Amino acid sequence: MRTAVIVFPGSNCDRDAQVALHAAFGAPPAMVWHRETDLPPLDLIVLPGGFSYGDYLRSGAMAAQSPVLRALREQAERGVLVLGICNGFQVLTEAGLLPGVLMRNAGLKFVCRDVGLVVENTESPFTRGYARGQAVTIPVAHHDGNYYADDATLDRLEGEGRVAFRYAPHDNPNGSARDIAGILNERGNVLGMMPHPERAVDKLHCGVDGQAVFTGLVEALAA
Amino acid sequence: MKAKVHVTLKTGVLDPQGKAIGHALESLGFEGVGEVRQGKVIELDLAETDPDKARTQVGAMCEKLLANTVIENYDIDLEG
Repeated sequence: MRTAVIVFPGSNCDRDAQVALHAAFGAPPAMVWHRETDLPPLDLIVLPGGFSYGDYLRSGAMAAQSPVLRALREQAERGVLVLGICNGFQVLTEAGLLPGVLMRNAGLKFVCRDVGLVVENTESPFTRGYARGQAVTIPVAHHDGNYYADDATLDRLEGEGRVAFRYAPHDNPNGSARDIAGILNERGNVLGMMPHPERAVDKLHCGVDGQAVFTGLVEALAA
Repeated sequence: MKAKVHVTLKTGVLDPQGKAIGHALESLGFEGVGEVRQGKVIELDLAETDPDKARTQVGAMCEKLLANTVIENYDIDLEG
């Protein structure tokens, strides 16, 4: 299976994503620089966390206009799986591949800690490794994670089962609407999430609650 | 000609930064300040000299990049 991690100037979780993908898929992902205009045929593309382009203008706004995003959009439209983590989620909303926007955290502070999550959707290739309603602990590290969309969009996301992860009750770190931590696109092949599953794949740090995202993807792509 | 783009949060979108600024002003002793909203100003130097064309061009820039119209409004001032 062919996987890739997109690398922007300012990405800082690209190597973590590389390690997590290598461990799950048994082969290293292609590391693709943001200036590339073409992508090879792929099964899964990861937009990693970090501060692409220094968060200039708005988090993810510049990356959403980068050359590689045009190629990514074409692949996403063909059904290739796209996982946007943290800054990757911000890039996906700015690119219009996911609805809504990630605003400044309600508490105005950068939040870096473990958070409790509830897995809401287990039908997607990204979440099939979990049980419905499963409580997991995965770290967050962001300044702009406060998910916002109008009520009609939020109702639609919930009604269509497109909320993949929610923050556990009373553990919302950023003021995110309806405790949303991760959402899917309409087709179900694009997931954006603020927590970092790639930082929770090793018993030596942060636990292994993020591992099922990657092992689930392996199963989904093998199926 | 020059263009000044004012990007502001839409009404109804919470602005925690504006709120924090409001609290800071209050603690500095400034009285009578109601709601505070924070935005940004972007200045552009344009080759275009026709105001109508410039406005159309900058409007497209706002829609595509300068503002996120999910949460932000924009306002364009042209000078010279």
